[in-house]
Amino acid sequence: MKKELTCVACPLGCQITVEYNGEEVISVTGNTCKRGDAYARTEIVNPTRSLTTTVKVDGGVHPVVPAKSSKPVPKSMMFDCMKVINAASVTAPVTIGQVLIPDILGTGADIVATNND
Amino acid sequence: MINYDLVVVGGGPAGMAAALKAKEEGVEKIIILERAETLGGILEQCIHTGFGLHYFGEELSGPEYAEKFIVQVEASDIDVKCDTMVLDISDDNVVTAVNKTDGLVKIQAKAIVLAMGCRERPRGALEMAGTRASGIMTAGTAQKYVNLDGYMPGKKVVILGSGDIGLIMARRMTLEGAEVKVVCEIMPYSGGLTRNIVQCLDDFGIPLRLSTTVIKTHGRERLEGVTIAKVDDRLQPIPGTEEYIECDTLMLSVGLIPENELTKNVGIPLDRVTNGAVVDEMRQTGHKGIFACGNVLHVHDLVDYVTLEAQLAGKGAADYILGRTPGEAIYVAPQTGNGVRYIVPQKINIKNPNDVKLYFRVGKIYKNARVVVECDGNVLSSKKKVKLAPGEMENVVISADVLASMNDNSTLSVRVEE
Repeated sequence: MKKELTCVACPLGCQITVEYNGEEVISVTGNTCKRGDAYARTEIVNPTRSLTTTVKVDGGVHPVVPAKSSKPVPKSMMFDCMKVINAASVTAPVTIGQVLIPDILGTGADIVATNND
Repeated sequence: MINYDLVVVGGGPAGMAAALKAKEEGVEKIIILERAETLGGILEQCIHTGFGLHYFGEELSGPEYAEKFIVQVEASDIDVKCDTMVLDISDDNVVTAVNKTDGLVKIQAKAIVLAMGCRERPRGALEMAGTRASGIMTAGTAQKYVNLDGYMPGKKVVILGSGDIGLIMARRMTLEGAEVKVVCEIMPYSGGLTRNIVQCLDDFGIPLRLSTTVIKTHGRERLEGVTIAKVDDRLQPIPGTEEYIECDTLMLSVGLIPENELTKNVGIPLDRVTNGAVVDEMRQTGHKGIFACGNVLHVHDLVDYVTLEAQLAGKGAADYILGRTPGEAIYVAPQTGNGVRYIVPQKINIKNPNDVKLYFRVGKIYKNARVVVECDGNVLSSKKKVKLAPGEMENVVISADVLASMNDNSTLSVRVEE
């Protein structure tokens, strides 16, 4: 089977063609970097996405601090992750890079602060 | 009157990179004047990732990208005044600013870098009937509410305009539990990056309706719904295609306008297409000693390019302040050929000894087209492009050798061949 994908690994948005048989990827073409190849392969087997959101902060300058997943999480688990994140809160001060929620839902990804507050 | 070598107006990515570059080039007294409470500019509310891949080789969120420059500014002896609004720039480079602690300040600058960024086109700029119900806002305003203030401006959302901010907010609102009913785009193509259509709309099954606009808003106190309609080739609503959509929030992502009030007041000539100043290859405007970079010069899609452009402006300002500019200047203006809407810089000093990168945008989507650069009737390059789109800025390099071979009668052009 063949599938046309738009790579989301970076803003270039390369058009990638993946040839595959079930979960076995036969060829990846159209990508202009290694990240594109990796993206196409995971997209066929287990699509993942980086998650960016905010986490509630008590006693900070802003009521929330921006955060991201330290690595992409399975696309199918994004809303479950959001439930955990929205139920959480941290206490100021928060520093950029600080782990706010470790290993969210066993995905191996930490939720990490992306700003100070 | 206070004296500075360089005054930078705006502390976003452009202003910080320009100031840091000027410092590195040997300029001593530099001050950044920033209207907001902190440095960082719009990046502070752009919490999604995708920044920095070109410049840092890693994918960062907006605040992380900004932080890399904020740390450097703080570690340097560059002065910063936040919460400070620049009111005026005079013909002899006196900057008038105001803030709560100093009151009105006048600063005599040897050179000035304009880095004020851009703002969103508001509802008033659109032809849209209806009341002034609450719940109608620009996508950037909604982004600030959600990402900085931590509250949700609505539950059922319609987004007009498929620029990147609109697409990013469609995903953000969906993740936070809102229902994004549709994204309407008046043009037959999206103005956003393709990756954002994939990961912000397709991932969540949010429909994108092209050649469609909002013609009426409903509701008195709070928005209750909108009427959308298809548009024809002249972008006029087609009678009979109206459709009512219930929603409590309408977000507008209908374009960005460089914020050039200061630029206009000092009499700097603007480019009618970019709505930014006309600049040379070092980003010097038509006013000696005043440079411009970032979104105030032309709207960029990637902050990485803003940083690179700001460094040019910072270098240009440093050369100007330190008297290192090449003596006589001979300017050639690159011409926009078929399919090219604008080129920045609008003029090149051919006495400049370095390669010059021309940034440009096309007017529509092209597939398998060629970008052709021509100088004095000779084709310099003809590069195949799988895709060209108005939402994605392109560039071509004019080498120092080519510039050295040119004279004041030379012509240089960039065009698209299908």
